[in-house]
Amino acid sequence: MAKNVQFMMGNHAVAEGALYAGCRFYGGYPITPSTEIAERMAERLPQVGGRFIQMEDEIAAMASVIGASLAGAKALTATSGPGFSLKQENLGFASLCEIPVVIVDVMRGGPSTGMPTGPSQSDIMQAKWGTHGDHPIIAVTPASVQEQFNETVRAFNLAEKYRCPVVVLTDAIIGQMMESLVIPEPGELEVIDRIKDPGVPPEEYLPYDMEKDINPMPPFGAGYRWHVTGLHHDETGFPTNDPVLHTKNTVRIIEKINKNYDDIVKVEEFYTDDADILVFAIGVNARSAKAAVLEAREKGIKAGLLRPLTIWPFPDKHLDKIISANNIKGIVVPEMNLGQMTLEVERVAKGRCEVEGLYSLMLDPILPSEILEKIRRFA
Amino acid sequence: MAYDYSRYLRNEKLPHIWCPGCTYGIVLKSFIRAIDGLGWDKNDIVVASGIGCCSRLPGYVDFNTLHTTHGRSIAFATGVKIANPDLKVIALGGDGDMTAIGGNHFIHACRRNIDITVLVFNNNIYGMTGAQYSPTTPKGAWATTAPYGMPENNFDVVNLAIGAGATFVARTTAYHTTHCEKMIKEALQHKGLSVVEIINACPTGFGRKNKFKTPTSMLLWMKDKAVQKAKADRMSSEELADKFVIGVLHKEEKPEFIESYDSTVGLKKGE
Ligand SMILES: Cc1ncc(C[n+]2csc(CCOP(=O)(O)OP(=O)(O)O)c2C)c(N)n1
Ligand code: SF4
Repeated sequence: MAKNVQFMMGNHAVAEGALYAGCRFYGGYPITPSTEIAERMAERLPQVGGRFIQMEDEIAAMASVIGASLAGAKALTATSGPGFSLKQENLGFASLCEIPVVIVDVMRGGPSTGMPTGPSQSDIMQAKWGTHGDHPIIAVTPASVQEQFNETVRAFNLAEKYRCPVVVLTDAIIGQMMESLVIPEPGELEVIDRIKDPGVPPEEYLPYDMEKDINPMPPFGAGYRWHVTGLHHDETGFPTNDPVLHTKNTVRIIEKINKNYDDIVKVEEFYTDDADILVFAIGVNARSAKAAVLEAREKGIKAGLLRPLTIWPFPDKHLDKIISANNIKGIVVPEMNLGQMTLEVERVAKGRCEVEGLYSLMLDPILPSEILEKIRRFA
Repeated sequence: MAYDYSRYLRNEKLPHIWCPGCTYGIVLKSFIRAIDGLGWDKNDIVVASGIGCCSRLPGYVDFNTLHTTHGRSIAFATGVKIANPDLKVIALGGDGDMTAIGGNHFIHACRRNIDITVLVFNNNIYGMTGAQYSPTTPKGAWATTAPYGMPENNFDVVNLAIGAGATFVARTTAYHTTHCEKMIKEALQHKGLSVVEIINACPTGFGRKNKFKTPTSMLLWMKDKAVQKAKADRMSSEELADKFVIGVLHKEEKPEFIESYDSTVGLKKGE
């Protein structure tokens, strides 16, 4: 059968990926450069039996997707920096209450209203630490239109599997550009659904069994009549002031992600086998980094690229392995901010090699030539 | 035989956290009787709240319950309802929840006319945080953040709801227990966005410092100041000057949001 190939915008690919994953609710608020996701969902959802709503603000949008998820729907919201700030309140709620939802942040230049049409990667730390308190988060980082689709499907799968909010952290360039996209056939990509049937009668159901990493989540209306609260809760879901339980549950919800590193963290390794100089880059910069690595190789420099498709949890293990196995001399970290990932790379490197950030707020992807220049310094 | 509330309560979660003399417990009973009167299946009912003393109510009732963030109950409830319109969705909160931090959600839900019942527990103060003024604190009244008297104008919850487009708006009080039950019941039966403002007493935060020596005096104040709609219609504005009107104060038929949405977009059902 002929493949379904379409020439599509990155933001539209997110919407199509969400629908493929089974998303049937979108609650959002328009903001450049993410708006095309909302527009596409507004048009497409009714065609597949889903519903769209434009809420009054991003706080409400985030609340609405959590509500929809509690009623059993896979739910999506999308935004950019200023809206991502507003979503943080209820993103924390989803983390603590373990509600699967997917949030897209099409990064633009900040802080504040910043550079509405200018691409950026300056929400990397906000995605991890934007909401208050210790909490888990998963964030995926697509670098092409095809990955906008595939990673959105994966984001839904991870949300459903781990009962956790998942962020698709992309940027204005990947979101706005057009490339060809192969729409997978139904069944071609794995689609995971949360476990809705607890397999026990309602009086025995524990929504937050502390001995388990992930508990089943029956939708409201299914007969389980459980309680959901943003207060710290015990295994039954009701509030508790017990500091021991509070500690235990906080550690549990974070560890349920960390423990499953191998399933959650995905990277692309490009010429890393024999590399002694590494580039660590996500999103649009990873495309420049690839070109830089190829040019370096032509010049006889053994450069390689480690490209995370999951930035949170941070790909510690992958990075650590390459640094120690390859005896890496230096790592170049190009990022469109003033240094966020670089700090994490330094943390993992533990002084074993030099780490050099290459920062830009110029609203253009960092050029291969700029990355190559940094690589050559280590050669 | 005494009415059996236990069928609707999570009895093991009692006693509740409310202060002696707080009227929230009385309203909880009216709320339960209203639902019981409709004979709805407990599994179909979702109660969402924000943060505050009254927002602890969902923890005590045996439904699908959701204790959200401060002011956001309606926004969460909107997602629940749209994802599964078969559920009966109730969003509740205090005057702080509904008219301050959640004011935006409140007016937009009214405008959309989504089929949710909104219960506003108005005690004219922020109870939980210890008596700071709210948008419904009467001018001149004392609050910890209005130590010289409330300097701001206040909202009338009923007028706010009507102005924003709610299609059923009622007011009642904690004192008028059967009236309260009736108003909640009618609101639940209404198709569209219904609002019931329930005048409550916070003796701990509001009463003590505003010349209400006892919780009872606050209930007697409600009894004295509330005028039933039918009677109020026959009274002059001078006679009504220091009173407030209770009853169904606005009701109209308008297409409900999800029904309008589904027909507007030609929703393909059953996929
Ligand atoms: C975002 C946020 N801001 C502030 C608070 C603190 N806070 C908790 S309850 C409350 C006000 C409660 O008043 P109201 O909504 O009228 O309910 P009541 O306690 O009187 O029933 C406030 C300000 C909070 N929990 N969250
Ligand atoms: S502080 Fe006021 S509103 Fe809160 S429980 Fe006590 S009396 Fe009721």
